[in-house]
Amino acid sequence: MRVSLFITCYNDTLFPETGKAVVRVLERLGHTVEFPAGQTCCGQMHWNTGYQAEALPLVARFVEQFKGAEAVVVPSSSCVAMIRDHYPKMAASLKDEKLIAEVEALVPRVFEFSEFLTKRLELEDVGAYYPHRVTYHASCHGLRNLGLGDGPQRLLKAVRGIDLVEIEGLEQCCGFGGTFAVKNAEVSSAMLAEKTTAVLNTGAEACTACDNSCLMHIQGGLHRQRTGVKTVHLAEILAGEEGAR
Amino acid sequence: MSGAVLDPTTSPAFPMAAKAAMGDTQLRKNVRHATEVIQAKRARVVDEMPDWQQLREAGKQIRQHTMENLDFYLEEFERNCTRSGGVVHWARDAAEARQIVTALVKASGSDEVIKIKSMTTEEIHLNDALEAAGIRAYETDLAELIIQLGRDQPSHIVVPALHKNRQQIREIFQREMNLPELGEKPEDLADAARRFLREKFLRVKTGVSGANFLIAETGGVCIVESEGNGRMCLTLPETLITIAGIDKVLPRYQDLEVVLQLLPRSATGERMNPYNSIWTGVRAGDGPQTFHVVLMDNARTEILADEEGRQTLNCIRCGACQNACPVYRQTGGHAYGSVYAGPIGAILTPQLQEMHHAQSLPYASSLCGACYEVCPVKINIPEVLIHLRNKVVKQNGLNAESLAMKTMGMIFRSEARFRAAQRLGRMAEAPLVRKDGQGEGWIGWLPGILGGWTQVRDLQAMPKETFREWWESRGKNGN
Amino acid sequence: MATEIVTNSAARAEVLRRICAAKGGASDEAGVRAAWAGVERGYRRKASLERQAVIELLEDRLRDYDAHVVRVGRGGIAVAVGEMLAKRGKRRMVVPVGIEAELLPAGFEFVVDEGLSASELDGFDGVMTGSTVAIAETGTVVLQNVAGQGKRAATLVPDYHLCVVRVEDVVETVPEAMDRLASTAELPTTFFSGPSATADIEMTRIKGVHGPRFLDVVLTGEL
Repeated sequence: MRVSLFITCYNDTLFPETGKAVVRVLERLGHTVEFPAGQTCCGQMHWNTGYQAEALPLVARFVEQFKGAEAVVVPSSSCVAMIRDHYPKMAASLKDEKLIAEVEALVPRVFEFSEFLTKRLELEDVGAYYPHRVTYHASCHGLRNLGLGDGPQRLLKAVRGIDLVEIEGLEQCCGFGGTFAVKNAEVSSAMLAEKTTAVLNTGAEACTACDNSCLMHIQGGLHRQRTGVKTVHLAEILAGEEGAR
Repeated sequence: MSGAVLDPTTSPAFPMAAKAAMGDTQLRKNVRHATEVIQAKRARVVDEMPDWQQLREAGKQIRQHTMENLDFYLEEFERNCTRSGGVVHWARDAAEARQIVTALVKASGSDEVIKIKSMTTEEIHLNDALEAAGIRAYETDLAELIIQLGRDQPSHIVVPALHKNRQQIREIFQREMNLPELGEKPEDLADAARRFLREKFLRVKTGVSGANFLIAETGGVCIVESEGNGRMCLTLPETLITIAGIDKVLPRYQDLEVVLQLLPRSATGERMNPYNSIWTGVRAGDGPQTFHVVLMDNARTEILADEEGRQTLNCIRCGACQNACPVYRQTGGHAYGSVYAGPIGAILTPQLQEMHHAQSLPYASSLCGACYEVCPVKINIPEVLIHLRNKVVKQNGLNAESLAMKTMGMIFRSEARFRAAQRLGRMAEAPLVRKDGQGEGWIGWLPGILGGWTQVRDLQAMPKETFREWWESRGKNGN
Repeated sequence: MATEIVTNSAARAEVLRRICAAKGGASDEAGVRAAWAGVERGYRRKASLERQAVIELLEDRLRDYDAHVVRVGRGGIAVAVGEMLAKRGKRRMVVPVGIEAELLPAGFEFVVDEGLSASELDGFDGVMTGSTVAIAETGTVVLQNVAGQGKRAATLVPDYHLCVVRVEDVVETVPEAMDRLASTAELPTTFFSGPSATADIEMTRIKGVHGPRFLDVVLTGEL
C-alpha cells in the first residue's frame, strides 16, 4: 500500500526518531511510504487553546497535501483526534462546499499509527524485537476520541523479548493537555506526579504511548527526578529488530 | 476559602485558587477518597446495564428536544401545574427569583423555612437573601447541614460536603448542636442530624425546594433524594415553594423512565435513589395545600442562544463529571469559585455569567475527555470548553499569548516559514540547554509563561536534525 | 417593597420572548409532538427474565438495601405480618384508609389514618401499607395516594415501614413501571428503594436518616 506519513509538527521538530521508526515498520511490512513536503501542523494547539481563526486555514492545507493519499498514517493520537473530530465541522464553518466534500472523503483514510496496524492492516505481530521492561500509557485522545482500546497493548504483547507491565491508573490523564501544562502548571504538575509515580511503581525501563506529547510531559517529569526511566513512542518499540541495538 | 460565598464575579482566577486549594492536604485527601468511592460504585452499577449507551443516547435526545421546544414545554407545564392547584411564577434573573421567593415565604406567614438541597438556590444565594429579610432557612440535607453549620460552601453538586471528613464534621456538630459527647462514627453523626432536624420538620410551616424535573405533560414535579429530608420538606409544611431553572422541564411522564435510570446510577452509584417523589399541584389531605413554582431564567436563555454552548443546558446535575475529572480530583470544588464546580462548572459558570466573569474556567481542563465519557446525557464538555476558549480569546484581543499564537499560525501556513522556524528554534534554545549525566541536552528553565513547564519538568533539547531533513537526505542518498 | 408578591406577567413574557429569540421562533404543537415521537429509544422497555427470576431479583435487590423480605401465599399475609411485627417489637401501627382487613393480624393495634397530623404520626411504632408497583432491577417499591397506600407523610414519619407487595405488581424494569403508572401519573407518588440512607459522610452508606430506618416487605401471591 502507498502510505502517506503525516509526521505532525512537533514530531518533525522534536521527535524525528519516531518518524524514522514509523517508516522502518511500514517498509518492513512491505508498504511504500510517502512524505508530502508541504505538510506542517494540524492546528490542534491553536484550536484547543481557542485560536480558531489561526487553526482554520490549516484544514485546507492538510487536505491539499494529503487528498490523493491511499492512507494517511499519523504517529500522534491527539492530532488524529483533531482531524477526525474537528475538521468536518471546521470545514462546515468555513462554508466551503469543496473543502467540506474533500474533508469528508479524506478523514476516513486518516489513521493513528497503531490503529492503522491493528484496524486497517489487521496485524498484531509486526516482527519486532525489544528486550526491555515496558509499561504502556493510554493517551486520552487515543483512548477516548479514537477508541484504540487494547490495540496498542496487543501490538506490544506480540513483540519478542518485551516484558510488558501494566500501569496503575492506565486511563488517567498525565496532565499535559497542551497549553494546560503552562496555564495551570500546578494542577498539571500534580497530575504528572501521580503518573510518574505510577510509572516508577511498575519498575519499567521505559514508558510508551501512541503520543509523544504525553511522553514529552512524562519524560520531563521523570528526567527532572533523575529516575533514569525513559519514554519511547510505540513506533520505536515496534521498529526494534534483533541485533539492531 | 470557607465562609465566603462562591461568587464567580469576585472569585480569583482558577490557577490561583487551585494553587491555594492544593496546599490543603487534608482537603485533597478527602476529595480523592470520596471521588474514588463514587467512581467505583458508579462503574459497578453502570456496567450491569447492557443498554447504558442507548439510555445515554435517549437521554441526550430528550434533553436536546426539550431545549429546542422550551417555550412550548414551559407553557404546557405552567398550564397543567396551574390546573392542579399550583401557582407558577417567572423570574428573569437571580434578583427577581430571590425577591419572589422571599415575598412568598413572608406571605406564607412564616419566618422560617426548611430546605431541600438545591443547586439552583445555591446559584442565586437564596439563603443570604432570606436571612436579610429576617427569614431563617434550615438546610435539611445532611451535607448541606454540614455546610450551613460550618459556614462553608458546597464543593460538589451531589455531595456538597465531600471535602470534609468525619472528624471535621464531628467538630462542627459538637459546636453547633451543642453535643460535646458526640462520637465520630458516621452513624452517630447522621443520628445527631436526625434528632436536630426532626423537631424542625414537625414545626416549620414553609418548605423550599429545587426540582430535578418538571413534567410538562402532567404539570408534575420530580425530586430525587436519599435521606428522606426531601420528603419531609415536600409533604409536611403547609406551603411549598419550588424554584427551578427553566432548563429543568421534561416533555412527558414517560421520559422519567430514562432520566430515573441515568441519574441515580451516575450520581451516587445507586441503582435507584432511596426516594423519588413526584407530585402534581395540590392534593387535598396529602402534602402542602399551597404550592408555588418559580421558573427562573438567569442567563439560561443566553446559553440557549449559543448553538454550540446550548448542550450545557442538557445537564441533569449528577456530578459524574466531577468525580471523573482529574483536575477536580486535585483541587476540589471551591477552586472553581462557583457552586457549579468541575467540568460542568467550567462550562456552565462562565456562560451563566454571560462570559463576563470566570474566563479562566474553560482552561481548567486538560481536555482528557473523562467527563464526556461518563456524562449520562452525552454533553460533549471538551467541545464546549474549546468553544468557550474561543470566546475568551476573542474577548481578550491582543496580548503576548495571542501575538505568539498568531505568529505560530502564520508559520504553520507556509512550509518555508515552518522550516525557518525549526532552525531558529534550535538556535534560540541553545543558550538554555545543559548537558545531563548521560551527555544529553536538556532545558531546566524557561522564561515567562513557559516557566510553568519547567517548575517540575525538564525539556529535552531539540535534535540536530528534523524528521524532514532526515527524509530528504535519505532520498538523496538513494536509501 | 421586597414583601410584595410579584406575579409579574412582564417576566413571563420576557423569558418566553428570550427563548423564542434564542432558538429562532416559537414551537407549534404538531411539530413538537412529532419530534418527541422521533426520539430514539433503543433501551430495554420490556422484561427479559422469566417471572420467577424477576421476583427473585426483586427479593435480592431489596435485601441488598437491607430490607427484610418474606414471601408468602395470599392467605398467609396476616400471619407473616404478625411474625414480623412481633420480631420487631412493634405494637401500635398506623394503616391507610382502604387497607384490607384480612391483612391485619390480631393482637396488635392498627389505627386508620383519617387525617392524622405529622406529630401524631410520629407517635406510632410504624406504618403498614400496600403498594402500586415494584421494580425488580432497582429494588424499588412505588406508592401512590390510593386506598391501601394513603398519604405520603404516613409512610415517612414513623420509623418503621411494613409494605405488602403483590407479585403481579412486580415488573423487571423501570420503563415497565412507568407504563403502569402512566394512567395515575398525577397522584402523589413515592418511589422508595430500601430504607432512608445517606452517603454524605466519607461516602459511607448509613442506613436511616429522616425516613423510616427499618423496612420489611411481605411479597405475596402465586406466580
